[in-house]
Amino acid sequence: MSAQDASQSTAQDTQATAHRWPLWEVFVRSNRGLSHVHAGSLHAPDASMALRNARDLYTRRNEGVSIWVVPSEAIAASDPDSKGSFFESPQGKDYRHATYYTKSEGVKHL
Amino acid sequence: MAQNSEPNSSGASIKSVSSAASGKAVLDGLTPDPVQLAGQEHFDAVLAKDSRVEPKDWMPDAYRRSLVRQISQHAHSEIIGMQPEANWITRAPSLKRKSILMAKVQDEAGHGLYLYSAAETLGTTRDEMMDALVAGKARYSSIFNYPTVTWADMGAIGWMVDGAAICNQVPLCRASYGPYGRAMVRVCKEESFHQRQGFEILLELANGTAEQRAMAQDAVNRWYAPSLMMFGPPDDDSPNSKQSMAWNIKRFSNDELRSRFVGMLVEQVKVLGLTLPDDQVRFNEESKTWEHGPLDWDEFKEVLAGRGPCNAQRLERRRTAHEEGAWVREAAVAYHQKQQDKQKAAA
Ligand SMILES: [Fe+2]
Ligand SMILES: [Fe+2]
Repeated sequence: MSAQDASQSTAQDTQATAHRWPLWEVFVRSNRGLSHVHAGSLHAPDASMALRNARDLYTRRNEGVSIWVVPSEAIAASDPDSKGSFFESPQGKDYRHATYYTKSEGVKHL
Repeated sequence: MAQNSEPNSSGASIKSVSSAASGKAVLDGLTPDPVQLAGQEHFDAVLAKDSRVEPKDWMPDAYRRSLVRQISQHAHSEIIGMQPEANWITRAPSLKRKSILMAKVQDEAGHGLYLYSAAETLGTTRDEMMDALVAGKARYSSIFNYPTVTWADMGAIGWMVDGAAICNQVPLCRASYGPYGRAMVRVCKEESFHQRQGFEILLELANGTAEQRAMAQDAVNRWYAPSLMMFGPPDDDSPNSKQSMAWNIKRFSNDELRSRFVGMLVEQVKVLGLTLPDDQVRFNEESKTWEHGPLDWDEFKEVLAGRGPCNAQRLERRRTAHEEGAWVREAAVAYHQKQQDKQKAAA
């Protein structure tokens, strides 16, 4: 039920019918100051009903102060098969981490 | 339904448990497809690292089918599982107990929905699963085909049925299929309240009048064996378990989990001041496991095959609820269309 899971689903119609409602991804902000985090997905005919359903399904115990619903089919996901080439290799780029700089070890507040 | 339609893994991999942890695709006589081979290699590596498989990853057909079966059955169990308890909502002994019971039943509906969503990521639709359930083609946990005849049954169900479910579900939080594990984490967070409220019902009855106490003991007597059977048949009669464990879906065998559960009941029943209807419960010092008396596996199979005390009633109720809810679903769509038309008119 991550955002990318959604595009796997066969329910691609944005147009709701009595038989098949589109799929929505639900993101919940648990507290002010934190990001919205993916909580799961659900079916609903439109955004306002998706929000109500999301409230009932994912925030029965004060889990959130704000909810986003996004049509699953609106999410573009990276191709899982191109892991190596799509995500830049960290190989040889240790200098992007603070741990690379060892000469300053022991220096306070650095 | 499956991502790749190579006809090679049709059932073959289910049997080849011993050969490889992953149940390798058998490519007998066929030219190996490079995409398939790379996929299998990646899948094997993910399992070897005890990492997680995600929906868009390549996975063996048998793994996908097995997950769809397990997750949808689990979802159906949550949905059907609302009925035995809903039976007592209108007759709960107090407003407090009524609110608690409603909250619990609502949680079970939520659990069903989390799980249906997880199953959908494998390429099956909600409608297919619903249709299979109301057509009587899908299975669900046999426990929900037993009747709830007294209020004490609400206590015994919460304590033992939800208790057994927790024992089963906690290890499933680490299931190799990502969406299933994530759904389980959410479910487990909510389950502990279910078990505690049930325990409390029994505790209050056990400390009440002689009649209430007898009612509590009677409920424990009736739910004990069915709750032990929730873990599934004994290991030597559980054909899918080995493969499921090799795939890191299942982490402990049926008998291991059952034994652990018995150990918990033994301690907890003392607090209730009640007894378990089993004089053969003992701790085996050698194997360090809890043993229990024989269970009636013929009854288990009968109930699973649809011939339990309430099977017909449960399915009929689900079917009626689905049909009677049709107008709500239609109204929601009509409302959406009306809103859209309004917006268009305003633009
Ligand atoms: Fe549940
Ligand atoms: Fe529960």
